[in-house]
Amino acid sequence: MSQNPAISIETRNLNLWYGSFQALNSISVRIPHGRITGLIGPSGCGKTTLLRCFNRINERFGNVTTAGEISILGQNIYDPGVSLIELRKSVGMVFQRPNPLPISVYENIVFGLRIHGERRALGRAALDEAVERALREVFLWDDLKDRLHTRATRLQLEQQQKLCIARLLPLKPEVILMDEPCSALDARGTHAVEELMQALTGQYTIVIVTHNMAQARRVTHECMFMLMGELLEHCPTRDMFVHPCHPKTAEYVEGRYG
Amino acid sequence: MRLSRKQLRAWSEKLIELAIRLCGISAIVFVFGIFFFVFREGAPFLAKIDLREFLFSDQWIPTSQTNPRYGVGALIVGSVSVTVLAMAIAVPFGVGAAIFLSEFCGPRAKEGLKITIELLAAIPSVVWGFIGLSVVSPLLIQVFHVPIGVNLFNGALLLALMSVPIIVSIGEDALKAVPDTYREAAVALGATRWQVVYRVLLPAAKNGLLAAVLLGVGRAIGETMAVLMATGHSIRIPHSLFDPIRTLTATIAAELGETSQGSEHYQVLFLIGLLLFLITFIVNLTADLVVKGIRRK
Ligand SMILES: Nc1ncnc2c1ncn2[C@@H]1O[C@H](COP(=O)(O)OP(=O)(O)O)[C@@H](O)[C@H]1O
Ligand SMILES: [Mg+2]
Repeated sequence: MSQNPAISIETRNLNLWYGSFQALNSISVRIPHGRITGLIGPSGCGKTTLLRCFNRINERFGNVTTAGEISILGQNIYDPGVSLIELRKSVGMVFQRPNPLPISVYENIVFGLRIHGERRALGRAALDEAVERALREVFLWDDLKDRLHTRATRLQLEQQQKLCIARLLPLKPEVILMDEPCSALDARGTHAVEELMQALTGQYTIVIVTHNMAQARRVTHECMFMLMGELLEHCPTRDMFVHPCHPKTAEYVEGRYG
Repeated sequence: MRLSRKQLRAWSEKLIELAIRLCGISAIVFVFGIFFFVFREGAPFLAKIDLREFLFSDQWIPTSQTNPRYGVGALIVGSVSVTVLAMAIAVPFGVGAAIFLSEFCGPRAKEGLKITIELLAAIPSVVWGFIGLSVVSPLLIQVFHVPIGVNLFNGALLLALMSVPIIVSIGEDALKAVPDTYREAAVALGATRWQVVYRVLLPAAKNGLLAAVLLGVGRAIGETMAVLMATGHSIRIPHSLFDPIRTLTATIAAELGETSQGSEHYQVLFLIGLLLFLITFIVNLTADLVVKGIRRK
């Protein structure tokens, strides 16, 4: 691990309210580029909320107000000049429940290319190639190469979740946000997705919310511990699990509350 | 004393159950009763006519003393053309409004619009007929310089307005039934709202939207009073949008009162009723199957 990695996401004094309820309280954090950063903490502490700030998808709900700053790759994403479409192109998201669109596997993967209308990427051959590359990257090509035109919602959950990761890749994102990506999967599926995440490190900055301490230990390089909307601790994963700074963190990672 | 009260309760329970059951069954009884009645009145004539001539001839001269002819071809064309044209107008508006209601407008505007649309559905068809005669007709003559304002286009316009509320409310339900996770997935990939609509929602809700359109068709094809008043009531195969036409329904409404019970003319009118029954039955059944198709998924 290098000592001073480039910063991918940086927040300064980030506050967020749902109506009058404050869900994030003055979060300042720097997330390194090309690593896997874990986001842990008890239910309702604001993990999902923080993650959903990074692609501004929180704003789908009308009652959200945000204050503070988030920069992704040096660009303040709340700048009026920032295009939400471009932001979401470079910051992909994987949801808790696999949510492939009710169209074919093939169309799911090229969906991003189609909506971003990259003319030169829309030729048949280019699309075929993008599909193959994305599926190979998530280790699904051998399983699905003969079923590219089946409905994606008919796949096994594990395959669906991998497909949800695969469909981000043709857009060449910088950051991939994952909100408990394995909570709907069995042990085998969890293992497969973890392997996939490890294969993707280096190229992509991955931020993953997880409830599973073992998973956080296995796959993340750094961990952030949140409690009641505040960021209590952020350090290399090994430190957090071996000698956490904050007593609350220690109690949580040892499983005394959840 | 105790026991009898218990018995009383058990009895009244049974009685209520029976009443409810009767209510449920009565719906079926009525439908079959009506069908049977219409069939009984029209059936004797089925044996007498050449079915091909009945369906395809455009000669409808039922009152001729010497050689009455009963061809409903022109009437079928009239009904179908006014319905198709009405749908060509109503579907874009209805589906567009459903999309607007479910995806684009705020909760306040939504309430207001829904109430207005329900009001539109509550206008009696004879009032629509009035509007066709006294508002649309002069307007058509003025704008398009056509000789007759009561015509195919006029009727289709009214039918469109009458079926839009159905299309909107069923269509909105269909769009609402699309899981929000689909929208979120597309938005997270950078789709604009419009892209979400036509790339995700329309394909996902297409069965429900089709059912909405079919129910609109059912509404339009069965409508009588408005088309009787606004289409010109003249038997011919239309060659332009502004030709007057006559529909199956309007023919029954206009002529049944003047026939003597049991006469050929009377029986033919019931046969037309049977034909309408068949058409709406098929349309509704299709809509039903389509909706069931959605539920199964
Ligand atoms: N859309 C919303 N509207 C109102 N409150 C919300 C909304 N989403 C989350 N919250 C609240 O914000 C807090 C943080 O939620 P969340 O970020 O989902 O927690 P976590 O993912 O850590 O379990 C919770 O108290 C939750 O009730
Ligand atoms: Mg959560």
